[in-house]
Amino acid sequence: MKHKTFFWFVFPSVLLMILFIALPLVSVVTQSLYSKHEQVIVEVENCGPFGCTKATTVDQEATAALEEAEPLGKWAGLDIYKDRNHLAISEVGQAWINADGLPDFGRTLMNLPFYKALGFTITYTAIVTPLTIILGFFIAIAVNSVARAMRGPTIFFSLLPMIVTPLVGSLIIFWMVDARGILGTGLQWLASDPSLSVKASTPLMWAMLMFYGVWHSAPFAFIVYYAGLQTVNQDTLEAAMIDGASRWERIRYVVVPHLAPLTTFIALIQLMDNFRVFEPIISFSAAAHATSLSYAIFNDLGGETRLLSSAAATSVLTIIFVAMLLSPVLVRTWRDFGTQK
Amino acid sequence: MSVATRRPLNVRFLATSFLVLWLIMAAFPFLWTLWGSFKVEGDFFSKADWANSLFGTLTRVETGGAFTGDGYYGAWIQEEFWRAALNTVIVCFFVVTISLTCGTLAGYALSRSTYRYAFWLLLFALIFRAMPPITLVSGYLLPFFEWNLWGHLSTTIIVLVAINQPFTLWMLHSFFKNIPKDLDESAMVDGCTRFQAFRHVIIPVMWPGVITTGLFSFLLAFNDFATTTMLLSKENHTMIPKIFSFLGTTQTKGNVMFAVAAVVSVTAPLFVMILFFQRQIVSGLTAGAVKG
Repeated sequence: MKHKTFFWFVFPSVLLMILFIALPLVSVVTQSLYSKHEQVIVEVENCGPFGCTKATTVDQEATAALEEAEPLGKWAGLDIYKDRNHLAISEVGQAWINADGLPDFGRTLMNLPFYKALGFTITYTAIVTPLTIILGFFIAIAVNSVARAMRGPTIFFSLLPMIVTPLVGSLIIFWMVDARGILGTGLQWLASDPSLSVKASTPLMWAMLMFYGVWHSAPFAFIVYYAGLQTVNQDTLEAAMIDGASRWERIRYVVVPHLAPLTTFIALIQLMDNFRVFEPIISFSAAAHATSLSYAIFNDLGGETRLLSSAAATSVLTIIFVAMLLSPVLVRTWRDFGTQK
Repeated sequence: MSVATRRPLNVRFLATSFLVLWLIMAAFPFLWTLWGSFKVEGDFFSKADWANSLFGTLTRVETGGAFTGDGYYGAWIQEEFWRAALNTVIVCFFVVTISLTCGTLAGYALSRSTYRYAFWLLLFALIFRAMPPITLVSGYLLPFFEWNLWGHLSTTIIVLVAINQPFTLWMLHSFFKNIPKDLDESAMVDGCTRFQAFRHVIIPVMWPGVITTGLFSFLLAFNDFATTTMLLSKENHTMIPKIFSFLGTTQTKGNVMFAVAAVVSVTAPLFVMILFFQRQIVSGLTAGAVKG
């Protein structure tokens, strides 16, 4: 295709991506380097019949004028990154010196907002991704071995948890595990503890969030694996059988290697999606027990005082982590493309 | 199936029971909530006996019947959920149309170009796809406030289209790759320009891929929470941020049933969509994957 034709074909799409993805990135980085103006304080002397008193008040007009003149705020350099709500350099240093062994250091670290969010996000990604892949694989194997008539309805119902809006799906689960809901009552009965409440316990809340994560994304892994299973070479399977491979060995040595490239694909998509875990934390109102990086940004942006620069700094740090997470995949894609040529 | 490959009884039993377990896990929460949405709060969250929500004991006491539409009336009429539904329809329609128009053009070009920059474009799209949308939202807010773009449906539509582009590009790229090159090249040999070839030869055969991609664009616009809740003013809220605002206000008033009814209302169109487009959804999920 000629360069010029190519240009006009991709122009609208590329323009959109530059305007609304690339430039906002620049805007995020810039905002993270500025901090909100401090309020202009004026000292007023009130003189009455009983002498003069000095009082300080906020000069609303001057503050507004300053914000009008420089909407970005004042230059802060890397200060926002270093403050307590982000990398908390000095707090971490203090904790490192004062800590009584590594576990104690970890506990102190988990009390700092950024590390709390990062800790949950990484744990969530590391646990949910493999579980999703495993559950999806077993569902696919099971569907493949039941009667053909059952497959359609199975796929239909399996798609539900994935297609339904994450916020809505997690709300549905949350209402059921509420202490007055059916699952919550069931849990209380199982643990024979009538005061048991998922809302009140950090480990249970983490477990619920991860359960939701697996429930939500296992269908994706299932569908991809199921499609892959349809293309397994029947001759190889038969040859393995003739050589005396058991059912399990056939799965292990024929089916699993066939599905390996699909696993890479699922793992890539799941890593990207799990790292942005956000909606379930809102629905479960889990912020007291677990926050994620996305939630931290959302929390800064919302509310009366929009902490734009704080949100921007967290965003930049999140993007750096996503880049680190993806770098092996990107390098591999790049190399694959090099060998194709 | 030949005798040799037939599964023994215990394997089939194991597989079937595992599947049944999974299906209950997948479908039961939705059926339970659908059933419960026609009850009163005392039944949906039943302190006394979980079976109340099944038989609607309190619903009978409070309203006289075993089922009540109070939650739906409260959400749709009283809290004006219909306005949010209307906004969702507008947003979804425009997001799907615009992102498909831009996406098909670019996806087609990417699948036909052999130059290296086409690959770089796709790689950048992949990087953009990996970024959590909320990180971009924090970049939008300040400029949008400054230029008075904040709060309008049209701004949100364009933003959603842009966030959606990387995914649309990848998907349509892989669909167009499956359409043989000879098709449009022979048209160009016959004297068509590239655009004419696209218009008269490719467009008539591209619909299965476009419909599938359209479904996923629709899902993205319909399901989005972070962007819509941050970029839309209160009166322009779509359904998902509206449900979120229900959670803040109604839980205190004891009207959690409004939220339940709204949740069921949001799930219903998705249910119908899967019913009709199951095949397309499955083919879309596997589009990028099966070729490895």
